[in-house]
Amino acid sequence: MSDASINASTSRIANRQDEAGFGDYFALLKPRVMSLVVFTALVGLLAAPIPVHPFIAFCAILFIAIGGGASGALNMWWDADIDRVMKRTKKRPIPAGKVEPGEALALGLALSGMSVMMLALATNVYAGAFLAFTIFFYVVVYTMWLKRTTPQNIVIGGAAGAFPPVIGWIAATGDMSVEPWLMFALTFMWTPPHFWALALFMRSDYDDAGVPMLTVTHGRRATRVHILVYTILLALLALGTAFSDIGGPVYLTVALLLNALFLMGSVRIWRRDENDSEVDNFRVERSFFKLSLLYLFLHFGAILVEALLKPYGLGGW
Amino acid sequence: MSLRPTHELHHRRFGRNLGVALTLAGFIVIIFGLTVVKVTRGDFEPPRGNVEAQN
Repeated sequence: MSDASINASTSRIANRQDEAGFGDYFALLKPRVMSLVVFTALVGLLAAPIPVHPFIAFCAILFIAIGGGASGALNMWWDADIDRVMKRTKKRPIPAGKVEPGEALALGLALSGMSVMMLALATNVYAGAFLAFTIFFYVVVYTMWLKRTTPQNIVIGGAAGAFPPVIGWIAATGDMSVEPWLMFALTFMWTPPHFWALALFMRSDYDDAGVPMLTVTHGRRATRVHILVYTILLALLALGTAFSDIGGPVYLTVALLLNALFLMGSVRIWRRDENDSEVDNFRVERSFFKLSLLYLFLHFGAILVEALLKPYGLGGW
Repeated sequence: MSLRPTHELHHRRFGRNLGVALTLAGFIVIIFGLTVVKVTRGDFEPPRGNVEAQN
């Protein structure tokens, strides 16, 4: 047996071990991001004033989630080069060598088309069109165009992640009003402090990948200031939402508590310098990031509670 | 005569094939469910005024 044939045989065995399973294709859809999409879209759909048949509601959320997943697969296809460099992303299916980039592209395109068409058929054409626009915005505007060219990439990318409650609302009503845009604004304003806190303690990742994160282009001091400013604006918006049609006493209580904690966290980040952070391994930044996850979940949870209480005459003002 | 053993590929890709099969079966259930809901709600019925006008 020649060396070449031994090598070829070994390589085949190695390839078999690396062969993608169903879970690897599912991982292309970014299940953790999908869970946020599912939850916020569900809140948008249930907070809408028009009730939806439970099965239609289930289908609407499913297709919105699949659309979100499809854009995740297209994002992984385009960003495979930088995913290979970053610690946080190098175990994703494409950089890990489990899935070919072309497979991710095909899966992303197929699921995009299917989810848009099915959402339009299950609910209404506006919801389908809005889902199509969201996928386009995330993949083309954010991933292909702005992510690698501007330090405000997170701000713009946040818009794509903020659309699901609007799509949920349109799926229920077939119409547009102010309330879904308040939910949009809440996620939109929440995204920058959430990601910039992550960028502060995952610092070498974005440097290595050459992504123009605010921490890289404007420095870490400027990032801390930006987190504070966005958190103040977010708090004003979140508290203002309490007095809209989707707010109420439950939401106001939750918003007061969480925004006080979030503001305190951002002030602590702003007052620190790099030496303080190095000493305790970014403890404050890490806890702010964890709080930010709870922050969004509980705000949308409170909107959901208000909506579910309304039929009993309890929700809202 | 004994049955021919299944190719190794079938064992190796069982998980993937099962996943695809379940996804397709789920998709069929969803299409069927949507059809039932929309037909029973009368989503596909023409507006009553138009029907009367045609008669």
